Amino acid sequence: MAKTTLEDLKRIKENTSARVESKNAKSLLICGGTGCHATGSIPVKEMLIEEIANRGLNDQYNIIETGCNGFCAMGPILVVHPDGVFYEKVSKKNIEEIVEKHLVNGEIVEKCLYKDPVSKKRIPLQDDIPFFAHQMPRVLRNKGLINPESIDEYIARDGYQGAHKALTGMPPEEIIEQVKISGMRGRGGAGFPTGVKWDFAGKSEGSVKYVLCNADEGDPGAFMDRSILEADPHAVIEGMIIAAKAINASQGYIYARTEYPLAIRRLQTAIDHAREYGLLGDDIFGSGFSFDIDIYQGAGAFVCGEETALMRSIEGKRGMPRPRPPFPAQKGLWEKPTILNNVETLANIPQIILNGGEWYAAVGTETSKGTKVFAVSGDVNNIGLVEVPMGTSLRTIIFDIGGGIPGKRKFKAVQLGGPSGGCIPEQHLDTPVDYEEIAKVGAIMGSGGVIVMDEDTCMVDMARFFMDFIQEESCGKCTPCREGTRRLLQILDKICDGRGKPEDLDALEELSAVIKDAALCGLGQTAPNPVLSTIRYFKDEYLAHINEKRCPAKRCVALLKFEIDPELCQQCGLCSKRCPAGAISWEKKKPAVIDKEKCTKCMTCFSVCRYDAIF
Amino acid sequence: MVSVLHPQHPDITNDMWNEIDEVIDGRRSQPGSVIAVLRECQAIVGYLPVELIDHIATGLNLSKSRVFGVVSFYSLFSLKPKGRHTVKCCIGTACYVKGIKETLSRIQNEYKLEEGGTTEDRRFSLMSVRCLGACGLAPVMVIDDDVHGDVKPDKVDAILEQYA
Repeated sequence: MAKTTLEDLKRIKENTSARVESKNAKSLLICGGTGCHATGSIPVKEMLIEEIANRGLNDQYNIIETGCNGFCAMGPILVVHPDGVFYEKVSKKNIEEIVEKHLVNGEIVEKCLYKDPVSKKRIPLQDDIPFFAHQMPRVLRNKGLINPESIDEYIARDGYQGAHKALTGMPPEEIIEQVKISGMRGRGGAGFPTGVKWDFAGKSEGSVKYVLCNADEGDPGAFMDRSILEADPHAVIEGMIIAAKAINASQGYIYARTEYPLAIRRLQTAIDHAREYGLLGDDIFGSGFSFDIDIYQGAGAFVCGEETALMRSIEGKRGMPRPRPPFPAQKGLWEKPTILNNVETLANIPQIILNGGEWYAAVGTETSKGTKVFAVSGDVNNIGLVEVPMGTSLRTIIFDIGGGIPGKRKFKAVQLGGPSGGCIPEQHLDTPVDYEEIAKVGAIMGSGGVIVMDEDTCMVDMARFFMDFIQEESCGKCTPCREGTRRLLQILDKICDGRGKPEDLDALEELSAVIKDAALCGLGQTAPNPVLSTIRYFKDEYLAHINEKRCPAKRCVALLKFEIDPELCQQCGLCSKRCPAGAISWEKKKPAVIDKEKCTKCMTCFSVCRYDAIF
Repeated sequence: MVSVLHPQHPDITNDMWNEIDEVIDGRRSQPGSVIAVLRECQAIVGYLPVELIDHIATGLNLSKSRVFGVVSFYSLFSLKPKGRHTVKCCIGTACYVKGIKETLSRIQNEYKLEEGGTTEDRRFSLMSVRCLGACGLAPVMVIDDDVHGDVKPDKVDAILEQYA
């Protein structure tokens, strides 16, 4: 196809918008994100196509496989337009009924609707489900709506208009100015102002510059970048084109996690389509500006999310960070001026350019503007992606949108910011999400992973878990991180094994302070956060492990006796039935007994006992 | 193409060597391509024996230590042969909170498998991996390319039995 012009964009939008403004059109949107694929959305889609054909409804309905819908725990998800009826956990068995009842007779299939965990009521429309109703989708505006493998559908949602505006009508300074006005701060975690970063790189001398996209989403519990790439890959590409124009770069790389095969495939398709349309390559929009993007796959190293390490990795070396300055904006990839932005940051850029920086800054707090996507998971009813304005309270995210804690268990803490973050307890739940406010309570915004933990979580074990992660992912270049995190882990292991001593707590805090001060890169400097925040808020749990050799949450295997309290045992026999080692004997109307010789300490009995009788 | 003598290795057939050479030739002029070459070669052989690493180093005109350094740094690369099926347990935070630890220890106990190890019959290799981004399905286990969600310990047997 010849070079795309503004007229082409408008024409494509006109032709396609009837489909994507689907409130009016008949569409069946089936979620094709990683989560829904895993729960079987592909066979469901095939079945749907077959069933629709059998009924002769082909001409009436568009069947679209969208990117990640965001409500990941409810997959496979099917949304029926017009109206936007939301069906969850749709299986092949349900399809016939949905087609017969809903599509032919216009009756909603009750049993596949979302059931509110609090009111127990079924809610038919997607927009009425609290999980969606409280959100403000900006960066996620196209998720679950467009086909991510269709560039036309992206264009129909005003796609590439921002790039057109930037390339044909805005000098680099003006682009940077708009991004500065927007108040956009890096969504990868550190929160550095994006416009300032671009300004540095724009002013750096050099004819060769690079724009990099950090899609190495390594924080466990964060999956917004994966979802954006799966649902709306063109937004990232368009963001990169605008960034490239702002600093005058001609080549971009997307450094993507190898663990995200679907995201990489969709991204490659999107790049191919953009090239076909002349939106990547030479002389884009006839503006004389040229830019192209290649994908670079990571190889499984968490530290490569750090900017200097990521650049080393693209150069084909061990991904180890180096001291800054010089900053990448001066000397980055192959020693050339480089900017590196996170997926979510870049996906916001097209709308900032199209609508203006002030539009973006109109929501948010004093220091944190716009919206942020959070990946809510763990012990919470509604697991998925949540985009809310900055300044929303954690309580709103977890209870109003997340639907609270499953079962009758109580909330204990929320972990924010991945391995560099911290655990926030109940008393700080009203903290607004804002880079500074979150830091005050001992966590960081990070990439936006929100992991909710209920009372069955042992906080010492969580600290140990994060330290295990960090010390394994430490690249080993600087001593404070390499040795320090290993010592922290050893002390935590000792405490979890029941060998802790009272002075260990002081040692943890002292060591943490040194690592924070002395480590080379962000990974090391923030590594002690999970330890410090759990000591700060859950010191009594540490003391129970150390002084009483007791794990209050019953998670630390070494501190459990694997005995059954005959008083509490309700003689149901469930533990005996489930024990894989056959170590529990039980007869009707008698409490069960564990044979310690046979017991493998696998914890199955603990997880199945409803009466808390095993200790 | 420069003709290179192939080292002998029981796990690498002649066809594989030819494929490997194609990969190296295609990427030789591309700066920083060593990680991509290693990835593609591992996909051909299943792992990276030392003889293969040496061959890649020669082919890309890099020192053997440089290439070995890359292999040992990234967790994607394996120096040891893998089983027919790779079982990856996600030990991201969400999966951890939801109890992957118990699932993992069930597999270890029942299949006499260590983390990073392979069963004697080379049926399964067990790996723990960092967050797969499928937190909505936690705890998650991936066998080969199939994602299994909500894997509680007592579901393990039924799932693994599907893989001979």
